[in-house]
Amino acid sequence: MHFDAFDRYHEKESFVHHLDPRVKVVVTVAFIVSNALLPDGAWMAFVLAWVFLLTANLLSQLGTFYSFRNSLIALPFALIAVTVLFSIPGEPLVSFRVLMSHFTITDAGLLKFVSILIRSWLSVQMAILLVATTRFPDLIHALEHLHVPLILTTIIAFLYRYLFVLTDEVFRLLRARESRSAAASGKRSGGGVLWRARIAGHMAGQLFLRSYERSDRIYNAMVARGYVGHLYTLNAHEMKSRDYYVSALAVAVIFILQVIGRL
Amino acid sequence: MPISHIHTPQTAAHNNGCVLQVKDLQFSYPDGHAALHGVSLTINTGEKVALVGPNGAGKSTLMLHLNGILNGPGLVEIGGQRLTRENLPAIRAMVGLVFQNPDDQLFSPTVFEDVAFGPLHMGLPEEDVRARVDDALESVRMSAYRDRLSHHLSVGEKKRIAIATVLSMNPSMLILDEPSAGLDPRARRTLINLLRELPITMLVSTHDMALVKELFPRTIVMDEGRIVADGLTKEILEDEELLTAHGLEKP
Repeated sequence: MHFDAFDRYHEKESFVHHLDPRVKVVVTVAFIVSNALLPDGAWMAFVLAWVFLLTANLLSQLGTFYSFRNSLIALPFALIAVTVLFSIPGEPLVSFRVLMSHFTITDAGLLKFVSILIRSWLSVQMAILLVATTRFPDLIHALEHLHVPLILTTIIAFLYRYLFVLTDEVFRLLRARESRSAAASGKRSGGGVLWRARIAGHMAGQLFLRSYERSDRIYNAMVARGYVGHLYTLNAHEMKSRDYYVSALAVAVIFILQVIGRL
Repeated sequence: MPISHIHTPQTAAHNNGCVLQVKDLQFSYPDGHAALHGVSLTINTGEKVALVGPNGAGKSTLMLHLNGILNGPGLVEIGGQRLTRENLPAIRAMVGLVFQNPDDQLFSPTVFEDVAFGPLHMGLPEEDVRARVDDALESVRMSAYRDRLSHHLSVGEKKRIAIATVLSMNPSMLILDEPSAGLDPRARRTLINLLRELPITMLVSTHDMALVKELFPRTIVMDEGRIVADGLTKEILEDEELLTAHGLEKP
């Protein structure tokens, strides 16, 4: 039984899949930075950025709205920005009372909130597309080529590696509990809330102990097979002329986005 | 030393002696791999049955169906009650499932808490819970380990504690997945004696053919998601053609 809910890679033979991972990482980061730098209410630039994104989706053969469909998971995080609705001074739009306090939404606040929402949503989509079109070891390898410190890439790589181990372990613990969660006739089963919380606490502790010990064993097995701190991949990383053209084109598009956003 | 046995299960008495009935059970894993193709079997009260077959034959998948962790199409009846979503908690009290790896089974810090989990979850009063834990630990001869930390025990000890964690629920039948795997000869011998003495219906999946010969009058052979033989152990162990065809060896 394997739990691969986190693996978002989709095997395809598309143009985007075959790009050098470095190009994809650089373009993704540039796109995200560009989104962050666009001024509030640069609607035209937001629309064009989305078109850029849709084109990338299309080229990756995952379906034009692939990243859009998968981006909804990130929505709750955008709610952190909800406070700007009330905290930026401007023309009041709506006023209401919740629990003894007054809240007033201003036009400037709304503009800022919607802009933040769009920026983060565009950025998340590009990141989703990146992991859907690039194998994880390739991604790590690309980061190493781009001179991201080894300690960081190793942490990311291990985090990813153990995420699966951890979920497998959680799965087994839950299954063991489930299989003994019985009821006797005429009795209320399930125990008290406090007792259940304590069991859950024990399980979290067990999870830590087991994953800690298991990670040790996995690490030993990796060292035994020659691991010295690098993850290797069979996909050769070699910039072809196509990769250079795509990078240049993407950077140009992002530059134009910035110009349009500031007109 | 007198052994205090777990009370005879109440549920098994009034259903013509049949504890477990499975009819035409099918199951495919989400990745499309079909694990069970129409499995049917009946186990009567007091029977001790071995379930043998190569790895990947569907033994564990079958066992996970018997207390409703997996739900394939087909009929599973425990103590005359059909397993449905509604009576799942009641069924889980009747079927004690012991996983192959005792580490998967024990999730509490101390032995006592692990053995008490089932009865506590069933909402039994405290003195009942304590009595059941003591009985269960006594019947696996682990009373002295009551306050020990589960994850510091040896594999053989963990295995016996794992059995106690389901015995404390007074199940009608025990289901064990490869109980002798990974045990040293002495721990294995202790386990065999324990299984022989437990007065409870059991279905035990194993690769240990010597254990089968010694302990189980009846054997079911599974291969590729089907039951290929079901009969007296001594007849099955004489049928060398059958054993070879399904990757088994005569002990």
